[in-house]
Amino acid sequence: MAETMTKEVKEKEELEWFGPKERKLITDPLNDDNPVTVQILGVCSALAVTTMVKPALIMAVSVTLVTGFSNLVISLMRNGIPKQIRMIVQLVVIAFLVTVVEQVLKAYSYPVWKQLSVFIGLIITNCIVMGRLEAYAMANPPWRSFLDGIGNGAGYGFILIVISVIREFFGRGAILGFKILGATDEFLLNTTKHWWLSWYQPNGLMVLPASAIFLVGIIIWIQRARNPKLVDIS
Amino acid sequence: MYSNRYITIYTLIMTLVVSVVLAFTVTGLKPFHDEAEAIFKKRDILGAIEGQLPKKLADMSDEEVLSLFDSKVEQVVIDAKGEPLDGTKAESVDMAAEEKKPEAERQYPLFIFNGEQGKIYLTSVRGNGLWDKIWAYVAIKDDLNTIVGTSFGHVGETPGLGAEIKDNPNFPKQFEGKQILNDQGDYVSVKVVKGGAKDPLHEVDGISGATITSTGVSEMMVRGLEVYLPYLQAQKK
Repeated sequence: MAETMTKEVKEKEELEWFGPKERKLITDPLNDDNPVTVQILGVCSALAVTTMVKPALIMAVSVTLVTGFSNLVISLMRNGIPKQIRMIVQLVVIAFLVTVVEQVLKAYSYPVWKQLSVFIGLIITNCIVMGRLEAYAMANPPWRSFLDGIGNGAGYGFILIVISVIREFFGRGAILGFKILGATDEFLLNTTKHWWLSWYQPNGLMVLPASAIFLVGIIIWIQRARNPKLVDIS
Repeated sequence: MYSNRYITIYTLIMTLVVSVVLAFTVTGLKPFHDEAEAIFKKRDILGAIEGQLPKKLADMSDEEVLSLFDSKVEQVVIDAKGEPLDGTKAESVDMAAEEKKPEAERQYPLFIFNGEQGKIYLTSVRGNGLWDKIWAYVAIKDDLNTIVGTSFGHVGETPGLGAEIKDNPNFPKQFEGKQILNDQGDYVSVKVVKGGAKDPLHEVDGISGATITSTGVSEMMVRGLEVYLPYLQAQKK
């Protein structure tokens, strides 16, 4: 987290809507400063909600909204927040936004709410949200903080979706509930009917949370091998 | 450093604003929540007779579920003696709330599905699993004896063990074709047994590693179905 603290904006610097610095706020968390694979935050929920693509997508959108708007709100309030209770104030803002997201989800997508149940509430404890508030929003202007929040939420969501696509495809032979590869006629490709596919078996491990930790590990490995900037970090 | 006075006022205003906004959001969305919950429950109930439905539940839209429920399902509420009560609909009976009442005052919901193969009685049973409550809808054929399907639910059984009652389709499937009365017409219900079911009509296999949940299901089937017996017997005549 130390390296993200140094991103503070100098006072005289001119603020733009979408200058190079602003664009970097969005693109950095997707690769060089990814919250899951580089900062290793939010791994717990990445294991829990990635069995299928749909809940992972909803979780990604929810977290992105929460990080974005909590960064915005805290950044707007940052000069008035008493230092002694700043973490409590941050938590109230996060909890407020998470509750709103949860209520909206419950109203418009009840089965998914039922499935995600406890994990939506646990966005409050997702280290990424509070980490960004402490590291960025407390010291930066609102628009940039908002972009930083959206960027980090998207970085988290991106990893979630990659993992969930792999897990749903190899574990259940489907993507987004659309059945592709399996041993019955419900699937697009019925493995029992093609001789060149008859060896195929869905990987039961992929359905279990443990598989996600292997996948996160493999993603970190690939990313570090390909990205020279990450070689000496951590 | 900020003064204590500033901090106190800041906290008060912040909590006030947050709570007022949240209160409005929750009250505003309440009707949507209730509607979504009702549809979810109806899908759960119809899950017990999925084989009798024109298409798979997962492929049905919310409107189709509601219209099917309205056109085909009759709702009856019975009291502890098995007498039907007037003026209440079965879907408004909350089993969790009924459980807290003394036994003689409890009400039980019964959904009667008028399908192509005659009436199917959908009873609602509730019991204890290992960690929390478990429940099921048990569909009984119009011979008032044979089970045609079940749909299980639970609050928080262990995934992979107790939760298999819901997650593993093979568990509820075992109940199909089982009978709740023996040859003499006495009530025996269906029991979940450890180490292999022997009686083909009244026993099903338990789940290995989930003995307490299995016993809970067994007990639930015995106690839960019993209260419907007087009503079902009355239908026979």
